Amino acid sequence: MILLSAERISFRYPRGPDVLSGVSLDASSGAVEFILGANGSGKSTLLHCLCGLLAPQMGLIRLQGSPIQNVRRRMRARAVGLVPQRSEALFGVTVKDTVLMGRTPHLGILESPGRQDHAVAREALEAVGLGHLAAKRLDEVSGGERQMILVARGLAQQARVLLMDEPDAHLDPRYQQEVLGTAARLARTGLSFVVTSHHPNNALLHATRIAFLGDGMCTKQVPPGSAVTPEGLEATYGIPFQVLHGPDGAIAAMPRPHNGPR
Amino acid sequence: MSTRAWRSTWVVLLGTVVLLFAVALVVGRYPLRLGEAVRLLLGFGDRESLDAAVLLRVRLPRALAAVMIGANLAGAGAVFQAAFQNPLVDSRILGIGSAAAFGAALGMLLSASPTVIHVTAFVFGVLAVVLVALIGWRLGASKLVLVIVGVLMSALFTSLLGLVKYVADPLSTLPAITYWQLGSLSRVDWSEIPALAAVSGVGLGAFFALRWRLNLLALSDIEAESLGIHVRGERIVLLLIGTAIVAASVATAGMIGWIGLIVPHIGRLLVGADHRRMLPVSLLIGAGLMIGLDTVARTATAAEIPLGVLTGVLGVPAFLVLFWGMVRRRGTV
Repeated sequence: MILLSAERISFRYPRGPDVLSGVSLDASSGAVEFILGANGSGKSTLLHCLCGLLAPQMGLIRLQGSPIQNVRRRMRARAVGLVPQRSEALFGVTVKDTVLMGRTPHLGILESPGRQDHAVAREALEAVGLGHLAAKRLDEVSGGERQMILVARGLAQQARVLLMDEPDAHLDPRYQQEVLGTAARLARTGLSFVVTSHHPNNALLHATRIAFLGDGMCTKQVPPGSAVTPEGLEATYGIPFQVLHGPDGAIAAMPRPHNGPR
Repeated sequence: MSTRAWRSTWVVLLGTVVLLFAVALVVGRYPLRLGEAVRLLLGFGDRESLDAAVLLRVRLPRALAAVMIGANLAGAGAVFQAAFQNPLVDSRILGIGSAAAFGAALGMLLSASPTVIHVTAFVFGVLAVVLVALIGWRLGASKLVLVIVGVLMSALFTSLLGLVKYVADPLSTLPAITYWQLGSLSRVDWSEIPALAAVSGVGLGAFFALRWRLNLLALSDIEAESLGIHVRGERIVLLLIGTAIVAASVATAGMIGWIGLIVPHIGRLLVGADHRRMLPVSLLIGAGLMIGLDTVARTATAAEIPLGVLTGVLGVPAFLVLFWGMVRRRGTV
C-alpha cells in the first residue's frame, strides 16, 4: 500500500535554480525506499518536501491519498516523521525525554506528556533495542545509538512513514548496519522508511527499492539488483564503478580506480 | 537530578521566598514586630494604627509588586532565552525595555498621572515588540533576525528617550524621569497591584503551562516543524506574552536590569536546562532576589538606593562569573 507519494514535484528556493525538477517517488508500507545521490543532489530538500515542511512549486505530495498541504500540521506529524542526522536537543536532556518529544503532535498546546505518553515512549525505545539507555543523557551515548534514539522518537510519533536523512553518514560500519537493519526490521511491521544515502552497498543490503537522484531528477524506483549497475552509479556519482558478484549471491559496488579528472 | 533532590530544592526556594517576604514586611525605618504583622495580615488588631498603615498601605503592596516583578523578569528572561536559543538574550536586547522606558518618559512629559505613565509604557513596549514581530515575521522569524531587529528597536527608543529628556523640564520632569529610569519600587501603592497581578498571573500561568513545550524550542526549526510545531507562531506568541509581563513590570518599577538575564542561568545551574524544572525554579529565584534586593535598597542607607542601580552593580559581576565559567568550559564564546 502506498502511504506517501510525490507526483512530478519541482522545488526551488527563492531566486535559486530548480533543486528538484519533476521528481516522482512513492513510499510503500513494509518497504525501505533508498534514494542514492551525490552531495548537493537535493536529497535533504526532497525529504523536507515529503514531510510537508517545504511546499513544491509544482507537482503534488500525497499523504494516504490527500494532498499533504491540505493535511493539518499535527495530523501530518502523526503520519510522517523526520529522522535527522543529528538533533540539536537541549543540553543535558535524557534519552527518554528525547523520545518523549515524539509525542508532541499527540498533545494539546498546553499539555505536558502524561502516563500514556511515557508508556508509548518506553515502548518505542524498546523497539529499537535501547530500553536500557532511557535514563542516560543524550550527549553520553554513541552516534549510532543517537541515530536509533531518533528513530525511536519517530516511532513515538506513531508515524507510519519515517524519513531518514543520511542515517549512515557519520557512523562506523557496525552501526551503519545496526541502524539500517533496525529500519528494515521495523519496516516488516508495516512501516515505510525513506532513506537517503551515499552508500550503494548499504542500499544493496537493506533496500526494498532504490532510486537515484541527480541534477534534480529521480530515476524510477526498482529493486536493488536491477538498480545498481555501473552505468547508473557512474551517472549519479560521476566516477566509474564496477559491480562485483560474490559466490553467495551478494552484490557489491566499488569505484573503479581512474587517473585524473574525467 | 533525582526527583527527591528536585523536590527539596523547590521547597527550600519556596521557603526562602516566604521568609524574605516576611522580612520585607517587618524591617525598615519603622520596624514592626512579626507577631503584630501576622495579626494585622489576618485581619485582627487596630487597623487605624500607624503599624497597620505602614504594613498594609506601604509595605504589603510594595512586597507584592516585588515578587511579581521579580518572577516576571526572570520568567520572561528564561522564555526569551529558550525561544531564541540564546542564553544571552533578555528583554532589553529585544528592545522592550527601552521602548517601555521611552513610553513612560513620554507619559511623564505629558502628564503627572501614574495611569497615563503606565499606559504609555505598556503601549510603547508592545509597539516595539509588534514591530520586531512584524518585521521579523516577514524576514522568516529566525533567531538572528529577531535579535537584530530588537537591537535596532532598542537603539531607536533609546535615542527617542534622550530627546524626551532633552526637552523635559530640568526642575521637575527630568529628575522624575531619571529616577524612574534607574528603577525603584518606592512609589508602588495598591492602585498598581490589580493590573500588575492580572498581567503577571495570566502571563506566568501561560509560561508555566507551556514549560514542556519550551524544551522543544531547543530543536532546530526543521526538526521542531517535523514534530508538528508551528515554530514561527509559537516564538511570536511567547514574545508577546513576555513583552506584556515585562512592560507591566517596567511601568510599575522602571528599568530593572540583569534579573532577566542572570536568574535563568542560576536556575540552570541548580536544576539543569529542562524547563519543566528550570522555569518554576527561575520564577522563585527571581521573586526572592527582587524582594531581597528591594529590602536592602530601602534599608541599607538613610536614603533609598535605586533598585536598578543595585541590580546593575551586583548583576554585572555575577554575570561576569557565569560568562567566565561558560567561556572556560567551552573554550570559546
